[in-house]
Amino acid sequence: MESLLAVQGQDFVLTASSSSAVRGITVLKPDDDKSQILNSHNLMLYCGEAGDTTNFAEYIAANISLYTLRHNLNLSPEATASFTRKQLATSLRSRKPYQVNILLAGYETNLGKPELFWLDYLATCVRVPYACQGYSSFYCLSIFDRYYKPDLTIDEAVRIMKLCFDELKKRMPIDFKGFICKVVDKDGIREINI
Amino acid sequence: MSGYDRALSVFSPDGRLLQVEYGQEAVRRGTTAIALRGNECIVIGVERKNVPKLQNVSNFQKIAMVDNHVCLAFAGLNADARILIDKARVEAQNHKLNLADPVSIEYLTRYVAGVQQKYTQSGGVRPFGVSTLIAGFDVGDNTPRVYQTEPAGIYNAWKATAIGRASKAAREYLEKNWKEGLSRDETIHLAVSSLLEVVQTASGNIELAIMDPGKDVEFLHSDKIDTIVKEIQDEKEAEAARKKSGRSAPGVSTTSTIQ
Repeated sequence: MESLLAVQGQDFVLTASSSSAVRGITVLKPDDDKSQILNSHNLMLYCGEAGDTTNFAEYIAANISLYTLRHNLNLSPEATASFTRKQLATSLRSRKPYQVNILLAGYETNLGKPELFWLDYLATCVRVPYACQGYSSFYCLSIFDRYYKPDLTIDEAVRIMKLCFDELKKRMPIDFKGFICKVVDKDGIREINI
Repeated sequence: MSGYDRALSVFSPDGRLLQVEYGQEAVRRGTTAIALRGNECIVIGVERKNVPKLQNVSNFQKIAMVDNHVCLAFAGLNADARILIDKARVEAQNHKLNLADPVSIEYLTRYVAGVQQKYTQSGGVRPFGVSTLIAGFDVGDNTPRVYQTEPAGIYNAWKATAIGRASKAAREYLEKNWKEGLSRDETIHLAVSSLLEVVQTASGNIELAIMDPGKDVEFLHSDKIDTIVKEIQDEKEAEAARKKSGRSAPGVSTTSTIQ
């Protein structure tokens, strides 16, 4: 039972991932970070089958850094998303597919704009302005629908995120043990407290 | 033709592997590369080959990044080096994926040397005509590390060393001038001046990378290299002038005695 949220603002992407690691009905850990830094301006949030998730994220990260070293080129969020999608698509048609759902938040340094991609284990890949993964999408998408606008500032995005957290607290029977929030913008990736 | 230089894995009667020695000869004809340790930094310098006037300056760097904390410079056959570097890069990422830790410099050197050795003992292949300098800092450690590998698969750790065309002259210069605890600027200075000993035309023909623990590698801009080159040349001229003026006084008397 995990939850990933992300919203894109005018020059950043704000992401949040639930911080509990759960197995069955037991909470294993209250401060689990479900994100993997792919390069200086690309962050991958993942959830799904435990084990598959970290394995897949690390595999993607290793391949992205190998590509960067080979070609002396930093991959854009779109290229990263395409590569990740292709890996998921290949895996889907193998004997044991990865069951991983992903939000990919990035900042395209050449064009100076933020980008957000939603991917699931069936290798769907969509560019979206805001996204959720998990049951929380039932509650949070409507909030994003209501309050999102393309020129969100970071403060406004934080406010929307807080509305989501409140809603989840109110409506869902699950305690996520809080969220780890990160911002991807022109300066790279940083964690913030909400 | 003795016949012992045909098949790679056949010894000559005096116990040598001629193909491997030819590989070392290819290295001796390659452009010069040097690497030296400072107190808390490493400087890697290479000589660039002269590019024909009409050729686009290629973006292929002679100093390659194997991982974010490891640099590799080489002398010898360019194309062979490309393959070797790629193998090293894949191994570096594999190591990180399997063990969750970035490679140590020695491990990577051992791997590269291992690959080179394999190519001296298998059938149907020829050795890499490449010597490499592998340098960097182990993650979380401030000790500078410089290693060298050779076509035979030998590897050694060095304080400062040179490979390639004029490696002997450069290494002798380093042996004379390298000392423990060099500062960052001194190390760069020594690297440039030892390359100047062996490079024909200085400006634009030197590539320089500086590594500091925990930081990104700095590739020195050619303008900056030019100013350092100029400084060194000025110093040399001043030195020569001083020697001349120092010698000229007794010189007068000697010339007079000869006459």
